[in-house]
Amino acid sequence: MIAMVGIPLATVVLLSFWESDGIAIYPAFTLENYREVLTSPLTLSLFLKTLEYASITLVCTALIGFTCSYFLVFHVRDLKWQIGLFLLCTIPFWTSNIIRMVSWIPFLGREGLFNSFLIQAGLTNAPLDILLYSDFAVILTYIHLYTLFMIVPVFNSMAKINPDLVEAARDAGAGSWQILCYIIIPLSKTALALGTIFVVTLVMGDFFVVRVMSGGQSASVVSAMKNEIDQLYYPQASAMAVLLIVVVLLMVSAVLRIVDIRSELAR
Amino acid sequence: MAHTSTRRGPAFYLLALFFALFVAFLYGPMLIIFLLSFQGPSGGLTFPMRGVSTHWFGDLWSSSRYGDLGGAFSRSVMLGILSMLITAVCCLFAGLAFRRKFWGAGPLFYLSIVSLVIPGILLGLGISQLFQLLGFQLHWWLSALGAHLSWTLPFGLLIMFAVLNRFDSSWEEAARDAGARPRQILAYITVPILFPGLIAVALFGFTLSYDEYPRSLLTVGGLNTLPIEISNMTTNVTTPALYAIGTVTSAISFLVIAAAFIAIAIIQKNRAKARGKQA
Repeated sequence: MIAMVGIPLATVVLLSFWESDGIAIYPAFTLENYREVLTSPLTLSLFLKTLEYASITLVCTALIGFTCSYFLVFHVRDLKWQIGLFLLCTIPFWTSNIIRMVSWIPFLGREGLFNSFLIQAGLTNAPLDILLYSDFAVILTYIHLYTLFMIVPVFNSMAKINPDLVEAARDAGAGSWQILCYIIIPLSKTALALGTIFVVTLVMGDFFVVRVMSGGQSASVVSAMKNEIDQLYYPQASAMAVLLIVVVLLMVSAVLRIVDIRSELAR
Repeated sequence: MAHTSTRRGPAFYLLALFFALFVAFLYGPMLIIFLLSFQGPSGGLTFPMRGVSTHWFGDLWSSSRYGDLGGAFSRSVMLGILSMLITAVCCLFAGLAFRRKFWGAGPLFYLSIVSLVIPGILLGLGISQLFQLLGFQLHWWLSALGAHLSWTLPFGLLIMFAVLNRFDSSWEEAARDAGARPRQILAYITVPILFPGLIAVALFGFTLSYDEYPRSLLTVGGLNTLPIEISNMTTNVTTPALYAIGTVTSAISFLVIAAAFIAIAIIQKNRAKARGKQA
């Protein structure tokens, strides 16, 4: 772990202080890369864009993940069905993300299924362009790829809620809405936080989905970084990377402050 | 699990509908590309289907336009198997070790969490730069394997924690009281009981590595793995061959998943039978 995680991270940090002229990199100690990254208005807009993607995706995945887990745990009565349906949700996780992303293209494209359906139904007369290669497509793909990371922890923690607790509340005269608000949501808060960490870090770290699904029109922090790597501006990319890591770790520790994740894992 | 005393109300059907829509959302696009990969030879990237054929599957293997798919495929499978074995073994011992406090347990735990949440391409960048600074060559079986392990090991460890939560250590104590040596306990008690969980860990090890893209991108060196070949194809291949390769890799993933599930199911069934005999 130390060899493959600790040392490479240190390398990135070190590299961020070095100089480069686009051809080679020189060992040095300079804050130039940071100055460049921090003063550029582009950086701010990139981070805002990435945060925007992350927050929209987070809200959608949390709602979908919570609703699906709630249905599975409290409305599906047979344990066998429960596990079967849960596995149905998780199997796509084990298949290739790239393929799952690519598979949206024939559905959303100009001549794709959805557009031809709209035209045939007479809802529009020209194909909608905003479906593919847009922010919409990017976020849709994120939701498609990452909802699993929300469902798995939330389902796990909901399944551990003692059904007697719900029964007792019902006997005491609580409606299902009250049970949801006062028992189930508080008890699955930790799991929601765990899912949040996964979804946010995955979205913040992605570059491939943004590049393909936005058709090169939008960029996120990492996709911009990838461009710098392609142009061999390693130190600049590293400075950006360090900045990103700091932001991500700040967010993760903020979430950890609110809830104790280890207690959830240890349960 | 849910013993509701009331009858199923409209809420149930609403939620069921929502769930069904979600499953359709998950699987729908995949089904579309499975269908489209059987497009006839003159067909394009979208519907309508122009005949049904396996033309594009043949095209994948016969045409040289798609780069070294066969080689990439075998490298991916090899990497997957290597990561699977290393992940399963390391996670077993790490999981067992984490049951007790040991020196460095806290930092090690946080390091593995960091390795999970750090964007993969950053790790890739770090590893590739490190290799360059040290003057090593990047190889898929060295640097890329390391990059994959940085992703599969923490994941496997988390699953191992969940598995060990349900493990009753009084079995081990009983064996120790009966005079078993530590190695015997491990071989005859701990591993057999944990075996279904280990299969799950191994499954994660294989599939996560097999489909891994961002970490591999900068670390594979000269010879690509399959996900990288596929992602290159998304930008420059405009025939249904793209869908065909998608169908092939998904089919392999599904096969591996099915094999793991069947293995677990057989073990559980045998155990249930053994329990039945004792009763």
